[in-house]
Amino acid sequence: MAKVNIKDKLAPNTYKLAKESHLQVNQELCRKCESRCCLSVCPAGVYTINEQGEIRVEFEACLECGTCLIACEHNAIQWSYPKGGFGVQYKYG
Amino acid sequence: MPKVTVVVVGAGLAGLSAAYSLAKEGIDVLIVERGDYPGSKSITGGRMYFLPIRNIYPEIWSQAPWERHVVKESLTLVSEHSSLSIEFHNQKYNDQPYHSFTVLASKFNRWFAQKVTEKGARIINKYKVDDLILDQGKVKGIVVGGSKIEADVVIAADGVMSQMAEKAGLRNKLEPKNFAIGVKEVIEITPESLEKRFGLGTNEGSAHFFLGSLTRGIPGGGFLYTNHDSISLGIVLGIKDLANCQQNVAPYELLEEFKSRPEIMPLIQGGVSVEYSAHVLAEGGLKAMPRLFGDGIIVSGDAAGMTMNLGLTVRGMDFAIASGALAAKAVVIANKQKDFSAATLSIYQDLLKGSFIWKDFTTFRHAPKILANPRLFKEYPRLACETMEKLMAVGENPKPKLSTTVFKQLKNRRTLSLLKDMFGMRKI
Repeated sequence: MAKVNIKDKLAPNTYKLAKESHLQVNQELCRKCESRCCLSVCPAGVYTINEQGEIRVEFEACLECGTCLIACEHNAIQWSYPKGGFGVQYKYG
Repeated sequence: MPKVTVVVVGAGLAGLSAAYSLAKEGIDVLIVERGDYPGSKSITGGRMYFLPIRNIYPEIWSQAPWERHVVKESLTLVSEHSSLSIEFHNQKYNDQPYHSFTVLASKFNRWFAQKVTEKGARIINKYKVDDLILDQGKVKGIVVGGSKIEADVVIAADGVMSQMAEKAGLRNKLEPKNFAIGVKEVIEITPESLEKRFGLGTNEGSAHFFLGSLTRGIPGGGFLYTNHDSISLGIVLGIKDLANCQQNVAPYELLEEFKSRPEIMPLIQGGVSVEYSAHVLAEGGLKAMPRLFGDGIIVSGDAAGMTMNLGLTVRGMDFAIASGALAAKAVVIANKQKDFSAATLSIYQDLLKGSFIWKDFTTFRHAPKILANPRLFKEYPRLACETMEKLMAVGENPKPKLSTTVFKQLKNRRTLSLLKDMFGMRKI
C-alpha cells in the first residue's frame, strides 16, 4: 500500500488556528504505554513520536472527533475542544 | 448577561430542534455554539430518514436544503479481489413524502439555524461553554468565556463527546467498545456526470454500504451517498478493534485503499476532494446511553448516544431532531410548573419512552452485541464472494453440481457457527 500523506488529505479543509493547544498528553504515562494506539487511531495523524520517544501533538490538524480520548487506555490525554471560534470549520459536513 | 430560561449547548440538529420548539412556545432560549456558525462543527454520513421527523416541523421541511431523495439502496460484500452487490431500486421512493434524503450537515444546520432565529431564539457563535454552574449537584447555568450565564435549565446538545453530560455527572468514561470512528471525504462532481455514473434521474440519489475486507477485519464498513453535486464517501471503524489492531493502520489509510478499489474508483474519477472530516459514532445502544436528565439539565441527540447502526440503516439525525423536540416539550411543562428539578424533568424520559426513539432502541437493544461479531466483517463477505466465484466458474475440468459447490463451501466454513450466527440474528 502506498503511504498516504495525511497533510494532503487535510489540505482542502479550512482551519482557524489557535495559539495554544487544546490537547495535552502526559508524557510519563505515554512512556509506559506499549500500544501507542494514538499514533494510528487519529484520523488526522495528530500524534507522532519523536526521537526522544516523546509523543508530539500537532493539535492544528485536529478534526475534533474524540477518537484519541476514547481509545487511550491510560487516560493520558487531556482532551477538550479548541477555544470558541477556532479549529476546523466544516463547510460541507 | 441576565438570566435566561433555557440555555442550549450546541447548534447541531438536537440543539436547533429544541430551540425551534421552545421559541415557538415563546420561551426565552439562548443557543451557545463554539463554531463560527451553526453547522461549522457538524458532520453526517449522511442520510436523513424523513418520515420519523416529517410531522415535527411540517412547516419548514419543504424549504430545507436536501441534497437528493434516495431511490436506490445497495449493499456490497467485498473480498480482497472480488465483490458481490445487492441493489434495491424502489420506484415508490420517488413518491412524496420521500423516504430519506442525503444531506450535508454544515449546509443543513446553517439553514435550520436561520429558521430557529426567525422564530425568536438567540444564537451566540464562537463561544465554547467551559463549564456548568453547579450548586449542590444542581445545574444552574453555564460558564462561557469567563462569564456566567444563569438559566433555569440547560439542554446539553453538545454532541457525542458531551462534556456537559460529563460535567453534570450524568455519564462515565466513554468505552472504546461502544464507539466507532467515521471518516469521510466530500468529492465534488457535476450533477450530470453523477446521475450518469449512478444511473439516477434529476434529484434522485443513492445510498450504498460496503462490508468486508475493506476494514481488514475491524467491525465497520464503507458508505457512499450521492449529494446534489458531490459524493460523500467514507469508512466507519470500531474504535476498540482499531486501537487493538496489530497492523497499526490509520483510518485515512483504509479510506484511501477503499477509494482505490475498482468498485469505487470509476465512480469518483475526476472528482475534486473538497473536505475531509471525522466524527465519532455512538454504537452502544440503550445500555451505553448516559442518564438523560438531572436537576436543571436534559441531554439530547448525539450527546445522549442516540445513533443506531444496523448495517442496512444508519440513523442519528432523525433521533436528534425528535429528541430535541421532546426535550423542549419537557421544558415547556417544567416551565409551567416553575420547577426544573430532576423529578419534573423526568417527563423527558417518559416522553422518550412513548416515542419511536425509545421503541426503536428497545427493539434493537441486542444489535450492538450481535453486530460486533467479527465473522460478519471477515468470514461471511469472503464466503459470499468465494461461493459466487465457484458458482460462476467454468474451467477445463468437469463442473461440479451447483448444490455440491454450495454445500462444500458451507462445510468448509464451520456450518455450526454460521447456523448459530443466523439464529442469533433473530434478536434483531
